[in-house]
Amino acid sequence: MPEQFLLFLCINITFTLKVNLISMNFTNFGKYILLLKAVFRKPEKTKIYVKAIFQQMDFIGVGSLGLISIISTFIGAVMTLQIAFQLVSDFIPKTIIGQVNRDSSILELSPTISAIVLAGKIGSAISSEIGTMRVTEQIDALEIMGINSPGYLILPKILAGITMVPVLVIISMVLSIVGGYLGGTLSGAVTSAEYIQGITTDFNPYTITVALVKAFVFGFIITSVPAYEGFYVKGGALEVAQASTRAVVVSCISILACDYIVTQLLL
Amino acid sequence: MIEIKDIYKSFGDNEVLKGISGKFEAGVTNLIIGGSGSGKTTLLKCMIGLHQPEQGNVLYDGREFTSLNFKERIEIRKEIGMLFQGAALFDSMTVEENIMFPLNMFTNQPLKEKLDRVNFCLERVNLAGKNKLFPAELSGGMKKRVGIARAIAMNPKYLFCDEPNSGLDPKTAIVIDELIKELTEEYNTTTIVVTHDMNSVMGIGDYIIFLHEGKKFWEGSNKEISKTDIEELNDFVFASRFMRAAKDKL
Repeated sequence: MPEQFLLFLCINITFTLKVNLISMNFTNFGKYILLLKAVFRKPEKTKIYVKAIFQQMDFIGVGSLGLISIISTFIGAVMTLQIAFQLVSDFIPKTIIGQVNRDSSILELSPTISAIVLAGKIGSAISSEIGTMRVTEQIDALEIMGINSPGYLILPKILAGITMVPVLVIISMVLSIVGGYLGGTLSGAVTSAEYIQGITTDFNPYTITVALVKAFVFGFIITSVPAYEGFYVKGGALEVAQASTRAVVVSCISILACDYIVTQLLL
Repeated sequence: MIEIKDIYKSFGDNEVLKGISGKFEAGVTNLIIGGSGSGKTTLLKCMIGLHQPEQGNVLYDGREFTSLNFKERIEIRKEIGMLFQGAALFDSMTVEENIMFPLNMFTNQPLKEKLDRVNFCLERVNLAGKNKLFPAELSGGMKKRVGIARAIAMNPKYLFCDEPNSGLDPKTAIVIDELIKELTEEYNTTTIVVTHDMNSVMGIGDYIIFLHEGKKFWEGSNKEISKTDIEELNDFVFASRFMRAAKDKL
């Protein structure tokens, strides 16, 4: 009898938690959609928005270039070494190393790893910037002036994200392949000729299209999700920090989920 | 003139405002006073549209505000200036850019005209020449004064101040109070100040509403406040020994 009661209690608690979790997520998703609706309202003054977009493009694009370059080069180099390590058979030509590195960099590593790194760097910055503006009443000040605060604060970030993340991903693809060349030739895992022959054989340009679609979607997620988390912060410094963490976590999960969906749809 | 009619507002089960009404005339300094948690800031936020009251109306010179949507409110909001408790200056902008911000957003004036207006506003709050400083480089009192300068940049008809001298030393607090009173009289604005500072009450309170537990308990001027025998108001106004001693002398 006590076991049955315990089982009943466990089932009840799990069910309640599930219902709460689902309803909470639906509430958040609804608020996110409503925020996006406000974001895409007609701007008060286009000139000011254009200036803000260029500032954000500088922050998101130019500001992340160094980080993306270092990460992409090392990932390319490590990938080459690992592929070489796994392809020990004499029946497999070493040109395959370049080929596999090229395709995996273009299709998966450059868009996804770059997006996850950018979610950490840019996402936390966006969330804490907007969250701090919320708790210090700067967003209220915008509202009082009659300015559409979601549009003024978030639209330039989203537009900069969806343009600059694809640019960063293209740079990342190139550097990852260059990194693979450097890692492979310096370690002796593959010769220069074999690697170049590998990366130029059987190239399918459609993979670039798939990668750019992913980058576009990721750019939207990296900017809009943290902006949402920051915009609805209530409280003080602690809540801003919590929102920032939540923004990065939710962005990363959303990126991986969308990665799967886009891959499934396009390949 | 701003008129509020029967304002009700609650957060969950907590009823914060329980039917507050009042009229705030132009050209005089109107004060909303009360202890912490009495609903002062909530009332102010209902009046400017940051909170939506469950019941009641706010009328700006007879124009209904509460039932308007975001777009419809913009015209009235352009006539509102607001000084926030923490000044709410935009961190990433200089003093000049902060004051120029509403002008950039809503006017097509040439840069020179806008700069002239910024300099005029800064002179008005005794901060001439501080154009290029960032908010992080300003003291608390200076931030408040820049907040006032930004609030008056668009020549507002209605000026709201949320605890304008909180966190300031008594001397600076008096400077801010006097500045608010001067601007109110000079530009004939309808000014509403939310405060629990007794110096402000006695110094600039032309018309005062006292809130207690979400209700309007008393209204009158600073000359009448010391003569009242309402226990809740006396407990609030004469809470400090200094104020009690001052009352006894009167």
